[in-house]
Amino acid sequence: MSMLGPIFVLAVREIRRHLLRSFLTVLGIVIGVAAVVTMVTLGNGATAAVREQISGLGVNILQVRPGQGFGRGGGGPAPADFDMDDVAAIRDQVAGVVVVAPLAQSSGTAVRNAANWSTTVNGTTADYFTAQQWETASGRVFSAAEEQAGKAVCVIGSTLQRNLFRSEDPLGQRFRIRGLSCVVIGTLVTRGQGGFGNDQDDVVLMPIKTVQRRLTGNRNVRLMMVKVDPAYDTAAVTASLQSLLRERRNISGAKQDDFNIFDTAQISQTLQGTTRILTALLGAVAAVSLLVGGIGIMNIMLVSVTERTREIGIRLAIGAVGREVLLQFLVEAVVLACLGGVIGLLLALVASWSLAPLLGVPFLFDVRINVVAFAFSALIGVIFGYFPARRAAQLNPIDALRHE
Amino acid sequence: MGDESGTPLIQLRGVTKTFGSGAASFQALRGVDFDVKAGDFVAVMGPSGSGKSTMMNILGCLDVPTTGEFLFQGFHVETLTRDERALLRRRYLGFVFQGFNLLARTNALENVELPLLYRGEKPLARREAAMAALDKVGLADWWDHTPAELSGGQQQRVAIARAIVTSPRVLLADEPTGNLDTARSLEIMELLTGFNDNGITILMVTHEAEMAAYAHTIAHVRDGLVDAVEVRTR
Repeated sequence: MSMLGPIFVLAVREIRRHLLRSFLTVLGIVIGVAAVVTMVTLGNGATAAVREQISGLGVNILQVRPGQGFGRGGGGPAPADFDMDDVAAIRDQVAGVVVVAPLAQSSGTAVRNAANWSTTVNGTTADYFTAQQWETASGRVFSAAEEQAGKAVCVIGSTLQRNLFRSEDPLGQRFRIRGLSCVVIGTLVTRGQGGFGNDQDDVVLMPIKTVQRRLTGNRNVRLMMVKVDPAYDTAAVTASLQSLLRERRNISGAKQDDFNIFDTAQISQTLQGTTRILTALLGAVAAVSLLVGGIGIMNIMLVSVTERTREIGIRLAIGAVGREVLLQFLVEAVVLACLGGVIGLLLALVASWSLAPLLGVPFLFDVRINVVAFAFSALIGVIFGYFPARRAAQLNPIDALRHE
Repeated sequence: MGDESGTPLIQLRGVTKTFGSGAASFQALRGVDFDVKAGDFVAVMGPSGSGKSTMMNILGCLDVPTTGEFLFQGFHVETLTRDERALLRRRYLGFVFQGFNLLARTNALENVELPLLYRGEKPLARREAAMAALDKVGLADWWDHTPAELSGGQQQRVAIARAIVTSPRVLLADEPTGNLDTARSLEIMELLTGFNDNGITILMVTHEAEMAAYAHTIAHVRDGLVDAVEVRTR
């Protein structure tokens, strides 16, 4: 195909000759490609963000709460919280459980000298750090003795640390929260924003007994985090956990559970599935605009063939075979479409790069979708350029030469 | 470059051409028998509607006869496909039209290069051959001018350069002087005569006796038939 070089030059020249028209022609492709790539890039960012946030809840973690759903919901008496006996029972009787971390929650204003900061207090055990895979940045976590005795010791998150202690070393220092004076024995590594937009680092962790005695004033456990051995099937562990709790809470027969077991992996899958479907839907809508762009190209190429009928006649008379004329117009359509594709990709790059921070999702440049979108625009050039090109190739040279 | 004597370069045998079908059909050629010897300069004359354009289209392999035979160097052109005829035109024929038919917005050199492009010649060889052809028609200095920047006579000379750049066996000229004044027309005829002297067979349609006078053979076409062939000496 020694013709391809000159044909390519010819196509570029023809496009440059009608610069405005060419630009308007490819606008559909530009918008289509830009829309598809931007949607998919932002969608991928959103999926990644969801995955990141969910994994912040912990891997292979079952969260057990009293009540159904997220709220206590419905009429009637509120379902009872758990207690430490439930925690022990789960740990001892359910196979496949690595650790069970209880959680008793309270809140209050932490005060130290002139600094004060409103925060959350979580009473728990050392197992919490295992279950959450949350490590200390300095110091240590509670010992068994401190848990047993209900000592006023605490491990603090980085947000609280920054606000109470600034750049001082908090280890061994004291602060007060709702009349309780506690000593800092450890600080936690920074985790950042949680799955629901909360600041995970704005937290004080204390032995659960301390919180129960000195802050909540009862022996209730609001939440249990059950870490499942990866070798076990989460669904099977969930089932035996459910039957144990039903037994312990005297729920029999067809009566509904008054507690819920929340599988983070499942939620993660569901949320990721949802974002993936949304991405696919938006991508499909954008693909329709690509198709419209293709029709735009076909339209202009048909006009171009009519305008250049005489030129086609000259080429045919001089001895161009049909295939060469077809190729000339096809290459022109494909070059146009590819041009639109490239402009669209650049536009998408700028759009997704500047929109990602606004939407709070990471900007993830996906090579594959860029390549696919470009190839697709070229394909559209071929498909929608073929019909006008074939029309040009099939012109009768005698009639074409006579065309005014 | 002439063929073995006796075998004409071009032979038309009982060529008819019918346009349309049924009651609306029109027979433009009604059984033309006509030979062209290699190296000849033939003028085809006739009133409009006589069928001379149809005959030229068939001779130029742009169209095929409805019935009859058209042999070019012994090949049956009427059996060739559209693309085979295009290849034949590319290889052996050159065209000059009444309306010049140069590509607009394309300079003289590129217009002349066009047939070489379809022959797959290398860029440098194309350029050299095209410049040589422009030189032969006296327009080497005008190579970078577009048709709009050239006079009618100059445009027709570029068209002739384009037709002869491939060293064709046959040059077909359809009213080449139809759009030109007498002085320009005579220039064009001198050019054609020169190429004919160099061995290119020329077939020219004209209705001007003054131009036909340059030809060796004048074929008079009337009502779809060649009714008189006049052989002359210049």
